[in-house]
Amino acid sequence: MTAPAANTQATGVIPADLPILTRKDFVSDQEVRWCPGCGDYSILAQMQKMLPELRIPREKIVFISGIGCSSRFPYYVESYGFHSIHGRALTLASGLKTARPELTVFVITGDGDGLSIGGNHLLHAMRRNVDLNVILFNNRIYGLTKGQFSPTSEFGKVTKSSPYGTTERPLNPIRVALAAGATFVARTIDRDTKHLEETLYQASQHKGISFVEVYQNCNIFNDGAFSAFADKEVRQDKMIYLEHGKPLRFGKENENGIRLNGFQPEIVTNAASDEGLMVHDIHQQNISLANILVGMDYPEFPVPIGVFRDIEAPVYDELVAEQVRAAIAKGPGSLEALLHAGETWVVD
Amino acid sequence: MTTEIQVRPERVVEELDRVTIRFAGDSGDGMQLTGTQFTKTAAVFGNDLATLPDFPAEIRAPTGSLPGVSGFQLSFSGSDIHTPGDRPDVLVAMNPAALKTNVADLRPGGLLIVDENEFEAINLKKAAYAKNPLHDGSLSNYQLVPVAITRQNELALEGLPLSAKDKFRSRNFYALGLILWLYGRSMDTTIKWANEQFGRRPEVLDANIRALKAGYNFGETTELFRVQYKVPPAVVKPGTYRHISGNEATALGFVAASVLSGLPLFYGSYPITPASDILHELSKMKAFGVKTFQAEDEIAAIGAAIGAAYGGHLGLTGTSGPGLALKSEALNLAVMTELPLVVIDVQRAGPSTGMPTKTEQSDLLQAMFGRNGDSYVAILAPCTPSDCFLMAIEAFRIALKYMVPVIFLSDGYVGNGSEPWRIPDVATLPKIAWSYAKEGSDYSPYARDPNTLARSWAVPGQKGMEHRIGGLEKSSETGDISYDPRNHHEMTLVRKGRVDGIVQDIPDLEVIGPPQGDVLLLGWGGTFGAITSAGENARKKGLSVATAHLRYLNPFPGNLETVLRNYKHVIIPELNTGQLSLLIRGKFVIPAIPFNKISGQPFKIAELEGKIDEVLGRSGPYEIEFGQSSGLSGG
Repeated sequence: MTAPAANTQATGVIPADLPILTRKDFVSDQEVRWCPGCGDYSILAQMQKMLPELRIPREKIVFISGIGCSSRFPYYVESYGFHSIHGRALTLASGLKTARPELTVFVITGDGDGLSIGGNHLLHAMRRNVDLNVILFNNRIYGLTKGQFSPTSEFGKVTKSSPYGTTERPLNPIRVALAAGATFVARTIDRDTKHLEETLYQASQHKGISFVEVYQNCNIFNDGAFSAFADKEVRQDKMIYLEHGKPLRFGKENENGIRLNGFQPEIVTNAASDEGLMVHDIHQQNISLANILVGMDYPEFPVPIGVFRDIEAPVYDELVAEQVRAAIAKGPGSLEALLHAGETWVVD
Repeated sequence: MTTEIQVRPERVVEELDRVTIRFAGDSGDGMQLTGTQFTKTAAVFGNDLATLPDFPAEIRAPTGSLPGVSGFQLSFSGSDIHTPGDRPDVLVAMNPAALKTNVADLRPGGLLIVDENEFEAINLKKAAYAKNPLHDGSLSNYQLVPVAITRQNELALEGLPLSAKDKFRSRNFYALGLILWLYGRSMDTTIKWANEQFGRRPEVLDANIRALKAGYNFGETTELFRVQYKVPPAVVKPGTYRHISGNEATALGFVAASVLSGLPLFYGSYPITPASDILHELSKMKAFGVKTFQAEDEIAAIGAAIGAAYGGHLGLTGTSGPGLALKSEALNLAVMTELPLVVIDVQRAGPSTGMPTKTEQSDLLQAMFGRNGDSYVAILAPCTPSDCFLMAIEAFRIALKYMVPVIFLSDGYVGNGSEPWRIPDVATLPKIAWSYAKEGSDYSPYARDPNTLARSWAVPGQKGMEHRIGGLEKSSETGDISYDPRNHHEMTLVRKGRVDGIVQDIPDLEVIGPPQGDVLLLGWGGTFGAITSAGENARKKGLSVATAHLRYLNPFPGNLETVLRNYKHVIIPELNTGQLSLLIRGKFVIPAIPFNKISGQPFKIAELEGKIDEVLGRSGPYEIEFGQSSGLSGG
């Protein structure tokens, strides 16, 4: 007897005559139960719109989530889905993707699920560079448990569990992702649907781990968390859209820019020329410039949105598969030989 | 004319049926290696044998200190044996601390070999000896043989380009050579091993072989030993044998399960004593398509295994007690989603960190009940090192057939212990049947097989079967989230009933000894050897004593109640405070008598015999004596 062959029953090849899927094909028969007005609706809609563009058969797409409002997401997408336990979606996803690298796996998590209870797994999935698409809905609050502060809540925030204001500083998810070595790091926002859809698409095209932070409004427990910079009237002045290869510019007329003074970013108002402005480069191995961008926050700076980093690096699940392939190529395992390995003796 | 001839005293060769040897030294002295090499040699010679490695959790406690003592006990015999022996016949003590912590276990009159060079003031002080025990008469109960092991070893290695420290490290091979000679064993197995191990470092290879031969030759030429012993090969079933530890057999069994099912094996694990060897073994098995995932923590290890099981592969995770506690929430996810996951728990002693390198059977109730909600899993427990192989295959056979998580409850004694293993014929191994959901039908995740109650398993990649599962309660009909009261009631009963139903598919409990009578000793897990031996001894004394060993703990074998009711007294010996006793008393309402020891050490056969005598009124109340020793069977 020899090693099990590839799992042919479940690993068919993509047929050439792939049916053209539409958004509707990814809408499940389940009633969506988020609060009316929740930012999650927008993320779901853009995801369902984006998925057909991947030209991947529905049965090869898997959504895995943890616990929290966002984690109900898989029930609403017509694909394979696994609603797991609090903080652990990435562990299941890492196991599934390692066992079955041919699948396309999305992980849906939130600021509590992904950065608090599941923070450890986020670090390690990024460090390993497992080919997963991690979408972290950041509403800076615990919604499902009805309004406690989260690890991304701003310092001093008054919530049900912090009536005198929090006494702890928030984490910046993008900074965590960069520090842990994520190979694709982006930020987008629920209300800019075009940017959201485009970012989800770019993330899913990346080989290796993709980490997307989505600013998502919880209109019940933390309404308007991002309004100060994301409302339509102020957005162009208070946010800066990162574009690869272009100088960092913002403002209604794109009139302002960002330049570096040593390690400090500075706003250049009415910058006539691009000269001296920071030029965005998502392919840099070095994360120093990306870190400077992460440090830019409201109200001192326009809030950066878009892709911070997109680099190529060896992918965990492929490396594991390659080790197995190489070992089998040298000679598939024989159970008889394995059992008789080492010193044996015969008793007649 | 008379001629006076100086006659060298003739050496006597005495034949023994069984010998128990303990090697004890500092944890840096290589005692585990010495014991293992002797074991392999005895195994190849054809002796039956059993081993008990015993080492401190500290990799290198201060040299020469009492907590730093490491020991390896082995018993080898010309007949069938089940345990590594109650008390050693021979103790090799490499320093004063090893002597102090182990000598109380040596049987009176036993052979005591010590490295006399190590009995200097500084080491005596570290071992809290006021006087040198080699000279104060305190060891007069034993055949004391002081040997200048360190010095002799130095001389044998003279001229080799090695530091004094490196030379010192070879002295365990000197001791090994001496013991090999004493029992008439060849050095071949060890020389072969050394060549493989040190082939690339010729000076180290040379040192070890020189030390080994020096020790062997010392035995041959010296007049310290008047007697050389011979333990004939055991009469065992014909076949091809190898020496195997429980953790190795566990790894091989799970690889076999993969081959027999045709499903790739995925092992998620986080290093933990005493389960890490399984991770080491499985990570070598890539030619079998095995993927190992050294996770960031215990939770990630089981989560990844669940992900692999969801993907249609063999999802396996392994740990020890504290790790099982961390895994319990995720294990419940596998209970709720009804995935074929197997969890290995190589039990160790104590709550919390406890005594990581010592054995115990105290996770049974954790395995049974250590999860929130009404949560049932199947539980199997291998009873010997080689039994791990078959029970590993059995774990996945049940997991796949019933779509149920299975806990494989090994323990430190079974996992680290070793014995000769008759290698099974691959063609006779059980087949493992499984199936994914049939494509083209209307798929409902909780549609069940009417016989096994197993749900239908559709895996990503199967077209038209897209569905969602998760930890929330689901409708038995649609698979959608459901808070319906009747549905939850029924789903809970089905999850339990599915596990209970496995009883139809497992062998009856086997009884050794009279089918009915005065006493039944009922055990589970690593106590098999001691319990079986105690039963054999009791019957030799003419007592009506039977023994039986549970390898299936949930569900219990179908005939268990009948067996229990065939005896006046049921004694349940366990290395815990009475966990199986609680289950048996609760389920069958019989006055089972618990017999418990919680010392981190296995039962001695004599302890079980003492309890039998008490229960039969042949002696007064029996109490286990805990010696002063921190050694292998002293506690």
